[in-house]
Amino acid sequence: MATIVVEVMLKPEILDPQGQAVASALPRLGFNFAKAVRQGKRFEIEIDGEPTPAQIAQVEDAAHKLLSNPVIETYVIKVEK
Amino acid sequence: MKLDTVANATANPDTPQPWVELGLKEDEYARIKSILGRRPTASELAMYSVMWSEHCSYKSSKVHLKQFGEKAPKSDALLVGIGENAGVVDIGQNYAVTFKVESHNHPSFVEPYQGAATGVGGIVRDILTMGARPIAVMDPLRFGLADAPDTRRVLPGIVAGVGGYGNCLGLPNIGGEIVFDETYAGNPLVNALCVGVMKHEDIKLAKAHGAGNLVVLFGAKTGGDGIGGVSVLASETFNEAKPTKRPSVQVGDPFAEKVLIECCLEIFKADLVVGIQDLGGAGLSCATSELASAGSGGMEIQLDKVPLRDPSLSPEEILMSESQERMCAIVEPSKVKQFLAICKKWDVTATVIGEVTSGERLHISFNGELIVDVPPRTVAHDGPVYNRPIEKPAYIAERQAVTINIPMPTSSTEVKAAILKLIAAPNIADKSWVTSQYDKYVQGNSVLAQPEDSGMIRIDAETNLGVAVSTDANARWSYLDPYEGVKLALAESMRNIATTGAKPLAVTNCLNFGSPEDPGVMWQFAETVRGLADACLELGLPVTGGNVSFYNQTGSVAILPTPVIGVLGVIQDVRKRTKMGFEKAGQDIYLIGAVDSNMSGSEWAYLHGEIGNHAPKSDLAMEARLVELLLEGQPIFESAHDVSNGGLAATLAESALKNNIGAKVELENVAVALFSETPGRVVVSINESSTNSIIALAGKYQIPVTKIGMTGGSELIINETHISLTELSKAHTETFPKLSG
Repeated sequence: MATIVVEVMLKPEILDPQGQAVASALPRLGFNFAKAVRQGKRFEIEIDGEPTPAQIAQVEDAAHKLLSNPVIETYVIKVEK
Repeated sequence: MKLDTVANATANPDTPQPWVELGLKEDEYARIKSILGRRPTASELAMYSVMWSEHCSYKSSKVHLKQFGEKAPKSDALLVGIGENAGVVDIGQNYAVTFKVESHNHPSFVEPYQGAATGVGGIVRDILTMGARPIAVMDPLRFGLADAPDTRRVLPGIVAGVGGYGNCLGLPNIGGEIVFDETYAGNPLVNALCVGVMKHEDIKLAKAHGAGNLVVLFGAKTGGDGIGGVSVLASETFNEAKPTKRPSVQVGDPFAEKVLIECCLEIFKADLVVGIQDLGGAGLSCATSELASAGSGGMEIQLDKVPLRDPSLSPEEILMSESQERMCAIVEPSKVKQFLAICKKWDVTATVIGEVTSGERLHISFNGELIVDVPPRTVAHDGPVYNRPIEKPAYIAERQAVTINIPMPTSSTEVKAAILKLIAAPNIADKSWVTSQYDKYVQGNSVLAQPEDSGMIRIDAETNLGVAVSTDANARWSYLDPYEGVKLALAESMRNIATTGAKPLAVTNCLNFGSPEDPGVMWQFAETVRGLADACLELGLPVTGGNVSFYNQTGSVAILPTPVIGVLGVIQDVRKRTKMGFEKAGQDIYLIGAVDSNMSGSEWAYLHGEIGNHAPKSDLAMEARLVELLLEGQPIFESAHDVSNGGLAATLAESALKNNIGAKVELENVAVALFSETPGRVVVSINESSTNSIIALAGKYQIPVTKIGMTGGSELIINETHISLTELSKAHTETFPKLSG
């Protein structure tokens, strides 16, 4: 069994209100390490066996059409064992 | 990258510049050079290109829009007219109300959620800029066919965006429209309206005067959002052959806007600003040049002081950025400390970025080097003006020669099937699936909201003074006859206001059209403006402002001409408003107004693939009398509901379903009576004891009234046709959940 991971992030030029809220909350709690925070989302898709190139291509298609909004977001696809 | 300074532009006159990519025409670029006496710097080019775009400069529409000034009726109610961020109307008791509708069509096609959300955010800031507290929003929306794949992509996103942003701001959404037609496929229309209220003395204007006064930028930091959004998106036709320009999407943050609203209102209350302007389309380019040119003209801006979210932005990008939730204020030096303190309290970033000068030029520097040196008027107001060619399109004559041939039901089985088909059609069906995603009642002042004829908001909790707002358009009538079409839209909107018991006061508009470079579209536009100006003059209703959206076109197919007309009315006591639903069994149902057999532009014809030949002729004198009749008769009306899209069939079904009270109705020539959409009609229910009063009103205002039946029972009975309310409700409410399923 393997897990195909799709990580979706807002493009760098797009405003990220959630990330900003986290960035401004950190110092309030005494965490002073962050210069900036961006928040994204992660999908873990479990499949049987090793992923085939065809399956990866399908996930790619799904990432483009459903999991991300390509107008404002980018994604990366990784395979985790 | 080397900074393109004014000195550099003078020294290197022949540097090639991307004016074509920025959407400028050759003669426009030449004109900029002649105004400046040299080539523009990169920053100046950016400013001129966004400000001279169709969206900002109204270059194709200006020559027509001036009719609103020339034909303006005398009105004591108008406190601030066209030209400011929004018009302001006196509603009595020292209250003033401002309202405006704007389009956000193209961005909503590219990114439905954010496009619609920032459309709401933008119009709310326009209202706030006038000094008013925003109190309600409305959203007239138009989409391609309900079951088309692209509609399924854009509709949920747009609805969620409108709801998401408005709900976060705590603004009730009290109405609007949702209309489907294939011409909107690829060109959805997202028009957003906002209403705000203030006291007379609180009105603020967008003006920068008083040398030495400081320019303060406050609100969100500036990022790369929507760079060139205005010029790139709103002024170009979507064309599949050409590679589309890079989408420039603005992302909104409604919580930041909510804080900005409260911060601004506290600043207004402390009387700390001389002038104020929001940053919308064209961002700082627009705000600085408009503020300066509305004042004495001189302004110095240090662009490097603008707080940035993305430090890599170039000066021209900072000038063009359309980052949301930003405002620009002119503040006297002695009040700046207090101004900044209030901003700090609300956690709103505020920065002095420049000052008003005694000169006549707008100077913008970056790290001490001069990069913009222009007369601000040439940027903001003296843009190009086009007298675009106008030609009556051939389809008008072709349409007029057509004979309408649509099946009209006769037997009671056919009538029943027809009614059920009509009320299930996406344009008529119950829109709760959409409107329940909007908060209609937040703040506790909503008196009426969708699906009532108008939205109504209480303004004063003590006196119960309130305002009603309605938006309407019948694009199919406008297509057949744009001059009559817009008059009918205005008449309908006004009638909707009066139907609820409010007195119509003022008009706003959002004119959505195809490409102005098409002479046929330009003819539709010119006829529409002429019609609206004539109608407003005849009815004595001032136009307080408006918005034009061109290039709503895919390839050679333009959208139906869609002038959305908003009317605002005032009601002295909102507790006395009239609702659309039948109130009690055993009351008499009257039809006010007469029907004719013209089916052109009707929903019934549309359901049979027909648009018809001639739009109805408007009768504004009659419409004005009808308004008077409705206002005078208001105390005797138990319910009142306008007859418009879907005809009497839709009106009766909606009135019955609202409170689940049936009706028994007798009609002559039943098919025409049910499905014709003859304007100028309202269905009311009254107690039998009021019979003499309604007949007297009919005589006084010379409008026919006909008793058509009686309320009661659990069926809608029309002549021999019986439909149970359960069946009626199922047909009416099933459509949207099915479409979204």
